[in-house]
Amino acid sequence: MSAQETNTTTRHDSYTTDEMMTVAASRELKDDVVCFVGIGLPSEAANLARATHAPGCFLVYESGTLGAKPDVLPLSIGDGVLAEHADSVVSVPEVFNYWLQAGRVDVGFLGAAQIDRYGNINTTVVGPYDSPKVRLPGAGGAPEIAASAKEVIVILRHKPRAFVEKLAFITSVGYREGGDSREELGYTGAGPTVIITDLGVLRPDPQTKEFTLTALHPGATVEQAKEATGWDLKVAQKVTTTDPPAEKELEILRDLKARTEAARK
Amino acid sequence: MGEIATLREAVSELVRDGDSVALEGFTHLIPSAAAHEIIRQERRDLILIRMTPDLIYDQMIGMGCADKLIFSWGGNPGVGSLHRFRDAVEHGWPHSLEIEEHSHAGMANRYVAGASNLPFAVLRGYVGTDLPKVTPTIAPITCPFTGERLMAVPALNPDVGVIHAQQADRRGNVAIWGIVGIQKEAALSAKRVIVTVEEVVEAFEPRPFQIVLPSVAVDAIAVEPKGAHPSYADGYYDRDNAFYGAWDPIGRDRERFRAWMERHVLGTEDFAGYLESIRKEEVVRG
Repeated sequence: MSAQETNTTTRHDSYTTDEMMTVAASRELKDDVVCFVGIGLPSEAANLARATHAPGCFLVYESGTLGAKPDVLPLSIGDGVLAEHADSVVSVPEVFNYWLQAGRVDVGFLGAAQIDRYGNINTTVVGPYDSPKVRLPGAGGAPEIAASAKEVIVILRHKPRAFVEKLAFITSVGYREGGDSREELGYTGAGPTVIITDLGVLRPDPQTKEFTLTALHPGATVEQAKEATGWDLKVAQKVTTTDPPAEKELEILRDLKARTEAARK
Repeated sequence: MGEIATLREAVSELVRDGDSVALEGFTHLIPSAAAHEIIRQERRDLILIRMTPDLIYDQMIGMGCADKLIFSWGGNPGVGSLHRFRDAVEHGWPHSLEIEEHSHAGMANRYVAGASNLPFAVLRGYVGTDLPKVTPTIAPITCPFTGERLMAVPALNPDVGVIHAQQADRRGNVAIWGIVGIQKEAALSAKRVIVTVEEVVEAFEPRPFQIVLPSVAVDAIAVEPKGAHPSYADGYYDRDNAFYGAWDPIGRDRERFRAWMERHVLGTEDFAGYLESIRKEEVVRG
């Protein structure tokens, strides 16, 4: 950081809300877990975790790279950097059948285009399926990650068009219609346990399974979170404040992103 | 047996109008040279099958080769949308495109069933999602032994399977290493198989995680150096990340897309000519 930047940066904006989100998400990942990682924000958070408090985290990417240790963030799910230092490289059927479906994955780490109050995810379409307003990329690996990972962490930016009252399409199942309605589906995974956003943290109510605001990142307010949510967001009785990013977390995250940016060119 | 041929001959003989065609390569080893040759030879009414359509199917759809797309994730990895794919689905340009969409696990298992000569595969997935409502090739099934409710997906047996690999040997065996994706299943499930390779060698060297597709599983092999550009070939060249970014504004605009394809793909004889053509343009732009 240059001297000029240091002078003009106050303590409260010494990091961005995106950085806070990634750091908060990385902290959710415990050491030594097997984590099935989606590309983009999940991959960024998982690799930050691996470089900080969770060096033993075993990262699995759907391209069949097991124990991936990328030194820059992959832009695509099958970048060479994922295979380079991996413990093993297997075929796509093998990673989905023998690893994910077989129950070897502790944590599924997903992003989302849209999410509802029960943690169901849409990555397929906005508007009617047959005449879409926006055609999104589709399912990819997410439906089975949401089904079979023992638990799921979701990371996405908090916006009204992302946190919606009703999804146009359910691509990946969270708690379906809440309560115990997920259990009827016969999945082996427990479903999403946390949603990390750029404003705070949402966790499911133990009974209704409705996602509830349980923590705010420094500077964010309940009003902001409510405004950015397309349904009447429930707020926990006690809302905690996320610890701001530690200097080391920021340093490692920024270094990771700088190296990635250099590799992109 | 894997006969060494030119890509022009291989496509001309083995890919017909109306065929179902699977060009596979999971981010790695995407058979771009073969996709371009199919566009050059103006194949029409194809059923395109591919887990991640990527830029090659964006180009084939935009050039009017496809009637239908069977897929599981249609984006430009690390960049955003596939605009030709979206334009076809959202606005029916250049003509309407039927879609049949699955998850990656569903597609992978469909290829496995196809390669195994079974009519369908089962998996634990899709239940509770809206995918079975829009995709008729997903149906519930009960395990005859445990009574567990699972989902069935029909086998994929493409008329033509096309993959890119690093090497072939003189006998027509094919070596693939690095991320192997769905390459083996795409080839073994298909009725006819075309493989493009970086080079032909006397003998393969042992490498970690390498697989060898025996010659008996291959119909034609064509040597196409850099034939997976802008994706990559482990041991030969890296992914051209800048190209994926540069594709976004080209693919976004119908006129610009058409002009670009006419200049660089239809206006060149082969993939080597294409690579030279885009290289020159970069020099001009730079």
